[in-house]
Amino acid sequence: MATVTAPTAAPARRAAEPSERRLRRRRRTWSYLAMSALAVFFLFPLVFMVVSSLKPDSQILSDTDSWRAFLPVGDISLQNYADVFDRVPVGRFMLNSVIVTTAIVVLGLFVNSLCGFALSRLRWRGRGLVLSVVIATLIVPFETIAVPMVYWVSKLPTLVFENGVPKYDFGWLNTYQVQIVPFIANAFSIFLFTQYFSTIPRSLDEAARIDGAGWFTIYRRIVVPLAGPAFATVAILTFLPAWNSYLWPLMTVQQESLRPVMVGMQYFFQLNTAWGEIMAYTSMITVPVLVVFLAFQRAFVSSVAASGVKG
Amino acid sequence: MKRRSLAAMVAATTVTVMGLAACGQAGQDDAAGDGPTTVTMWTHSAGNPAELAVYQQIISDFNASQDDYEVAEESFPQGAYNDAIVAAAASGDLPCLLDMDGPIVPNWAWAKYIQPLGISSEITDSLLPTAVGTYKDEIYSAGYWDAALSVFARRSVLEKNDIRIPTVDQPWSVEEFTAALETLKAAGYDTPLDIGAEDTGEWWSYAYSPMLQSAGGDLIDRDTMLSADGRLNGPGAVAFFTWFQDAFARGLTSNSGTIGNQEFNDDEVALSYTGVWNALESLQTVGDDLLILPPPDFGQGPRIGGGSWQWGISTGCSEAQAAGARAYLEFSFKDEYLVAFSDGQVVIPATESALGASKYFAEDGDLRPFVELSQELALARPATPAYPVISSTFEKAAKDIMNGADVQSTLDGAVSEIDTNIQSNDGYGF
Amino acid sequence: MAAPAVVLLVLFLVVPVLLAFVLSFTNARLISPNPPRFVGLENFVRAFTSDPVFLRSVLNTFLFAVVVVPVQAGFGLLLAVLVNQRLRGVTWFRVVYFVPVVTSIVVVSILWKFMYQPDGLINSFIDTVTFGAWQGQAWLNDPDTALGAIIVLSIWQAVGFHMLIWLSGLQTIPEELYEAARMDGATPWQQFTHVTWPGLRSTTVFVLVTITIAALGLFVQIDVMTQGGPVNSTSTIVYHAVRKGYREQETGYGAAISLIFFVLVLVIALVQRALTREKDS
Repeated sequence: MATVTAPTAAPARRAAEPSERRLRRRRRTWSYLAMSALAVFFLFPLVFMVVSSLKPDSQILSDTDSWRAFLPVGDISLQNYADVFDRVPVGRFMLNSVIVTTAIVVLGLFVNSLCGFALSRLRWRGRGLVLSVVIATLIVPFETIAVPMVYWVSKLPTLVFENGVPKYDFGWLNTYQVQIVPFIANAFSIFLFTQYFSTIPRSLDEAARIDGAGWFTIYRRIVVPLAGPAFATVAILTFLPAWNSYLWPLMTVQQESLRPVMVGMQYFFQLNTAWGEIMAYTSMITVPVLVVFLAFQRAFVSSVAASGVKG
Repeated sequence: MKRRSLAAMVAATTVTVMGLAACGQAGQDDAAGDGPTTVTMWTHSAGNPAELAVYQQIISDFNASQDDYEVAEESFPQGAYNDAIVAAAASGDLPCLLDMDGPIVPNWAWAKYIQPLGISSEITDSLLPTAVGTYKDEIYSAGYWDAALSVFARRSVLEKNDIRIPTVDQPWSVEEFTAALETLKAAGYDTPLDIGAEDTGEWWSYAYSPMLQSAGGDLIDRDTMLSADGRLNGPGAVAFFTWFQDAFARGLTSNSGTIGNQEFNDDEVALSYTGVWNALESLQTVGDDLLILPPPDFGQGPRIGGGSWQWGISTGCSEAQAAGARAYLEFSFKDEYLVAFSDGQVVIPATESALGASKYFAEDGDLRPFVELSQELALARPATPAYPVISSTFEKAAKDIMNGADVQSTLDGAVSEIDTNIQSNDGYGF
Repeated sequence: MAAPAVVLLVLFLVVPVLLAFVLSFTNARLISPNPPRFVGLENFVRAFTSDPVFLRSVLNTFLFAVVVVPVQAGFGLLLAVLVNQRLRGVTWFRVVYFVPVVTSIVVVSILWKFMYQPDGLINSFIDTVTFGAWQGQAWLNDPDTALGAIIVLSIWQAVGFHMLIWLSGLQTIPEELYEAARMDGATPWQQFTHVTWPGLRSTTVFVLVTITIAALGLFVQIDVMTQGGPVNSTSTIVYHAVRKGYREQETGYGAAISLIFFVLVLVIALVQRALTREKDS
């Protein structure tokens, strides 16, 4: 994977040219200055969020007109966090979000990569049509079809267990599957997989075909192992919207025990908004994402880079 | 290794999800069979532990009091509640008992989400008129309390600036009110009035349509319920909205700041137009200096909005469940519960007897002035199924006017939008 | 092998879109005891002839896209060039610039709404750097600044993602090309215009298409921050479709607006494709 590679033979030659070295140093200083200024620009709202989560409401409001907004000063405590737990079943919502998000990511990787494989490597009737349908669905914002969707999923058949006996019933509302299944297939993921798979040399599958391998074996043995970066990229890109989904669970999940974290936001907008608790709750639901991202950032960054999106 | 783990993860996830989905659905359809009939109930109170605690008390008392019915409660955050109801109705999954904001009652009655309430008229007759929801002269809902709005002020501030303290019988005229705001602005209050315009949603109709009515306008012609023409864009409405726009333009009030009453409590604004639910905190900060005043008279006498959260019975429940729902509701209208809601939520209890027993609203209670405001000045929002579209249109028009749009043409546009909607729904049954 | 994905796409995208298509020719309501009626093209006629807010929403949506697409793409490229240097700690900066992308847009919108208030952080910052010459500006309350304020926030939130895409493009350009350019005495700017930019053509297409699609679908920021106001200055097509079709319960009309939106985006996407194709050949 093409991460930052060490400079090549250049330094030895440059050492002989002091003026160029000074130039380079000056450029480096400016780069650091620019990058640091930008870092402040990108971080300050989040610092504000975390700092505010430690303050009582009245202080958050009175601090907004000065630099105190960014400093943990004044009446600092974890009270807001304690209050959040009184108001919202945080643990349950977190668990639900983890279940839903994991399912969407894992099943999505599988289904979409298979589709990408078929689109990039197999010749079949209707391939062109499917590809254009996939690309066309990229333009459909979810909000515009949410209402017909609710109606639609409420009529879909499902398997339920009554006293341990499985039977068919209708209606997907109030389930995990309604939060998961509609989001497994994703046009953008299919598109990325198709792009990436087409960079893997075809000669590899031809060799395997000669050895008698079926297409699924080729997918499993050749394409998947070589497509790590594409899988990582799609995993991040499907993880984020799944974790942040809000409108859909709001409309389709009535039982509190099945709600995901973003719906929990609404619990704080009572007659008067509990700002401190909102900041605490948003910190709580954002920080895990950041931690996951930090832990995997090297793989994330380089995998997006390596998946080398080619239009 | 990679491929095996992928396959394993897919399999494991599928199994887990199906298992959980099964768990999620188990226990839903157990209404039939032996034992008590389950009556499902939804509240908008998630995130409000104090209110939920009262409901849980009522439910456990009710369930313990008899063997025929078992009430099972599910709570939703307020901001998401109507969406959940609409989605449930679309898919035929309505709970049996549900609470709803007063003005939406006619819409849901018209749509046949809810059925006539059918509880003892002894109970509904004893309630504040604004705590009972009707559609076409039929009662569909009843609530334990009502809220009320008022203008909060500090006695010391008004006296220092020689501003007359108004009463319900002798409220400020709009000229007097405007002059008072100018005086207060000159006295150093940057924007003397917090009118609550930073809020969004139903608050706008709740807070400002009574002012419109006080000026002689209205949201709709209440005699026919078929058109807003001449009411929402007539001379009274134009006069009120011209004042409204002007107050923002001159900095007498603003739509910045935060929802709630913090600015008043910090003495950054002199007057605050806000609800009874904020009174306790202000009372604690301001103490005896706090005044609870009627809103100004825009010409036809001062008005405040009435109608808060109320309970109804959906069309989605069986005969037995509906009977259980009625039994539960009749059980729940006990003074002790009304007082518990009132003391916990700081809202006005809906019966005279509970009023006397409440901590804040009894004869000598600190917040007694709200009772007078509610009884003398409250006017419910128009009881028509067109209300959701009226409210949304009103909010949008009022915000546009606040931001400088031309008053007459904005109101004309709102009227035509409302009238088009009513026509396209064949008059909503009127 | 494409079957599972295709079936799911058909079930959960194509079918709802077709449902919307059918609904758009009716007067269907979200809540109504009356059955929907077929009304022909009435909803479409209404959108274009008697709904000024819809027309304004179309204008706002395009205004937003016209600013956001080039600015976000350019800013993203600038960031990518900066963090593509071989400097110590550069990975850390990449992560920082990507942080807003991983933060929920609902959370981000709430935070920025707070900061845009007249006595909020943005104003006190400008006040400090201009030594008090600045009068507080109610960014989201002024029809002249509200859309601009939302543009800034939207770019702030999404630019990190496109920085990564650009970075991926930059890293595919062989180092030898730069070596050769330097041997010929090219300045950094000349290196950029002669080596970097031509090497990024396919990435450019991808970045432009993805930003355009995302920009045209603007919704959450509007819903959380301005609800389309002040005076319609931030209403977008998708927001208007949701307001009409869901909040005001006119499902049929909302579906018609959505349908117009699909067609518009499809046309733009095809034009973009045609234009970039031409360049390739």
